[in-house]
Amino acid sequence: MKSKQIEEKIFKALMYISLILIIGVFLLILVSIIYKGLPSLSWSMITQTPKGGFYYGKEGGVLNAITGSLYLSFGATLLAVIIGIPVALMMNVHLKKHKRFVSGIRFFLDVLWGIPSIVYGAFGFTVMVMFGIKTSLLAGIITVSLFILPIIIRALDEVLKTVPEGLYEASMSLGSTRSETAFKIFIRQTMPGLITAILLSFGRAIGDAASVLLTTGYTDHIPTSLSQQAATLPLAIFFQLSSPIEEVRSRAYASALILTVIILFISLLSRYISSHFKQHQIKF
Amino acid sequence: MNTKIDIKNLQLMIGKQQILKNLSVQIPENKITVILGPSGCGKTTLLKSLNRLTDLYEDVVVKGEIILDGENILQSTQDVTAIRKKMGLLAQRPYPLPMSIFNNVAYGLRISGCGNKKNIAQRVEYHLRQVNLWDEVKDRLHEPAAKLSIGQQQRLCLARGLAVDPEIILADEPTSALDPISSQAIEKKFVELKQHYTIILVTHILRQARRLADYIVFMYLGEVVECQPTEDFFNHPKEEITKEYIKGAFN
Amino acid sequence: MNRKLLDKSVYFWMYISLAILLVMPILLALCLYIKSLPILQEQSFFSLIFQSEWKPMQGKFGFLPFIVSSLWVTGLSVFIATPVCILSAIYLTQYASKKILMMMNSLIDILAGLPSVIYGVWGILMVVPFISNILAPIINVQTSGYTILAGALVLSVMIVPFMLNMMLEIFKTVPEELKEASLSVGATQWDTIKHVVLKKTFPGIVSATGLGVARAFGETIAVLMVVGNVVKIPLSIFEPGYPLPALIANNYGEMQSIPMYDSALMLAALILLIIVLLFSFLSRIIIIQVEKYQ
Repeated sequence: MKSKQIEEKIFKALMYISLILIIGVFLLILVSIIYKGLPSLSWSMITQTPKGGFYYGKEGGVLNAITGSLYLSFGATLLAVIIGIPVALMMNVHLKKHKRFVSGIRFFLDVLWGIPSIVYGAFGFTVMVMFGIKTSLLAGIITVSLFILPIIIRALDEVLKTVPEGLYEASMSLGSTRSETAFKIFIRQTMPGLITAILLSFGRAIGDAASVLLTTGYTDHIPTSLSQQAATLPLAIFFQLSSPIEEVRSRAYASALILTVIILFISLLSRYISSHFKQHQIKF
Repeated sequence: MNTKIDIKNLQLMIGKQQILKNLSVQIPENKITVILGPSGCGKTTLLKSLNRLTDLYEDVVVKGEIILDGENILQSTQDVTAIRKKMGLLAQRPYPLPMSIFNNVAYGLRISGCGNKKNIAQRVEYHLRQVNLWDEVKDRLHEPAAKLSIGQQQRLCLARGLAVDPEIILADEPTSALDPISSQAIEKKFVELKQHYTIILVTHILRQARRLADYIVFMYLGEVVECQPTEDFFNHPKEEITKEYIKGAFN
Repeated sequence: MNRKLLDKSVYFWMYISLAILLVMPILLALCLYIKSLPILQEQSFFSLIFQSEWKPMQGKFGFLPFIVSSLWVTGLSVFIATPVCILSAIYLTQYASKKILMMMNSLIDILAGLPSVIYGVWGILMVVPFISNILAPIINVQTSGYTILAGALVLSVMIVPFMLNMMLEIFKTVPEELKEASLSVGATQWDTIKHVVLKKTFPGIVSATGLGVARAFGETIAVLMVVGNVVKIPLSIFEPGYPLPALIANNYGEMQSIPMYDSALMLAALILLIIVLLFSFLSRIIIIQVEKYQ
């Protein structure tokens, strides 16, 4: 019937347009960041901290922000992993019998997953004010780790879920305790997936601005202790962009390029790890 | 015996793997032909190539001829949906469409443009009666089909397939998901239906084959090994592989 | 002996972690609530929501401009993103080859990982000038480009990878055999999509959209960079706006100096939290109910 065919053709055209839009926008983003960022990107950008009055255009780079971000994300991811791995393992090993409780936790995590980082930032800020703590790297680490906690647990859980029932039973029937089963069997079996999950959470931690805005402060120096303020790349970009001076703004684009490169690197690395190690995994 | 479908030198490859190797078989009209064989021998692929569902597989190449009503359906100028309407497919597990019982049966009719409400209602009732489902569902025609038991769902799928007036019924292990009573119901239905339809049934259950088949096509590793009327097949198998298969399965 | 001790300490560690996980969000909500109490005791919740004057120094805290801005930006972005995602999902799962599907999956993963500040930078580089220099003259409107529309466009680009990913998962759950059953009675691929695939995936699509709304509501930095941040109820998408997250992000510094300001901002955070939780919760419940029903 003619009208049906026309209908299908119209919708197919719309589908092509949608797909091209997505791909096109992606290219636009990449191209604009590279185009604007590359000219201002120099070795000094990466290796130097801003030399006084960064906001107003003196020389220097964003080393403060790069190291600040790395310290912060590393700390936050570490903290989130320390809390997250046991919970994820618990859900899949120790609490295997209590299916409803585990589903409940999963649902709880899924709902938590959506809480915006600004809310965690507001929470962190309030707690800091209540206890008279100043903005610092440590405050940022704790706030960001709270933010990525549901993300990382859910990701780890997805990976651990893939361990077949039979393996669990085999290990338990050999007399292992549940913890031994968890750490020696489950983790080993899913190691590449776990690493990927952790890497991606690290990526989320590095990229987030809202949670650190209220808790970590900003500084031109490389932080040397947890109680100091720290600069972070997203905030560096944000602040530089609001500068009245053209030169500083153009450095913002370079910083954006640096951040994008870091994120892309993490993305590719996690892909490489999961595809490379899949060959060595036992298939069930 | 009239030939309904004439398969000549059919070859099918998915990627580099050859699934069907030079098959030549004649399917008789108004009889139940059972395609028998161990798992992986290609029987489901053969079945699905008859209504060209294999067109959907990725990387598939089909050669040869499948002649139905004087035309090679592999190279038909007709739209593939017209070819598919000539055959009804019953799958291993019932797959009711996500709609009411009534709409499941009416689906094929509506798709072909039959808009008359009275006509559709009559046809739906007729086909539901055909599969002995009418009495069980007449009070709940507009409830979701998912609420039916598995045996009822499979009969519904049969009615759905019959509603578009096919000439041929393709059945891929249609009782494998059913309990014995529902299976029996479906088997009885096939025996009744063969008067008006040509039935091609895939199975790996020898007893079912013996019960239902008029002709048996025995396949192994993508080839037709032998093809005989049922009693001849079981009592006087010609090939060694066939003898081994029958022996092994019955022991 | 040693094994048992190790096992016990691991257990201990696990229970503490679980406790932290369960307690933390409750603490969060509680804390925000307690901090919002002062202003709630002074003025009623409804008067705060529906008032439009925001002059903290005079003690006026009308949230209406921010709520309206948030609604505009979120609503428009979801309005744009949802059809794009549905159409793309249909094409990728029903028509496209596996290679294309895999490529798009990788693309979406990369896009989903980009930090929001990068989207903000792109918004300033391309979206804002596009609106002020190209779009606005066509419609005969004067604008700087820092508008609700800019916020919505950037936001829609951000939530597309998120929503599309979910929709692809949902579409993948439709069994091949079901599609084959439809095709076997002579339906075309398009018939099958319309009457079978979309019906099956509908609850999932609704759920994905709900989660997209939740995500869009809470997005802070990217929107903040392009939306204008002017406290005024926006009357058109070509006017600047000031969504709720931006309110919190921009003013936390002055919170301490003006009375009740900190309480008001915490109330804003609490409202944001509740809206996001509500949408997340409902969307996920839909999926669970549907799975139960199948």
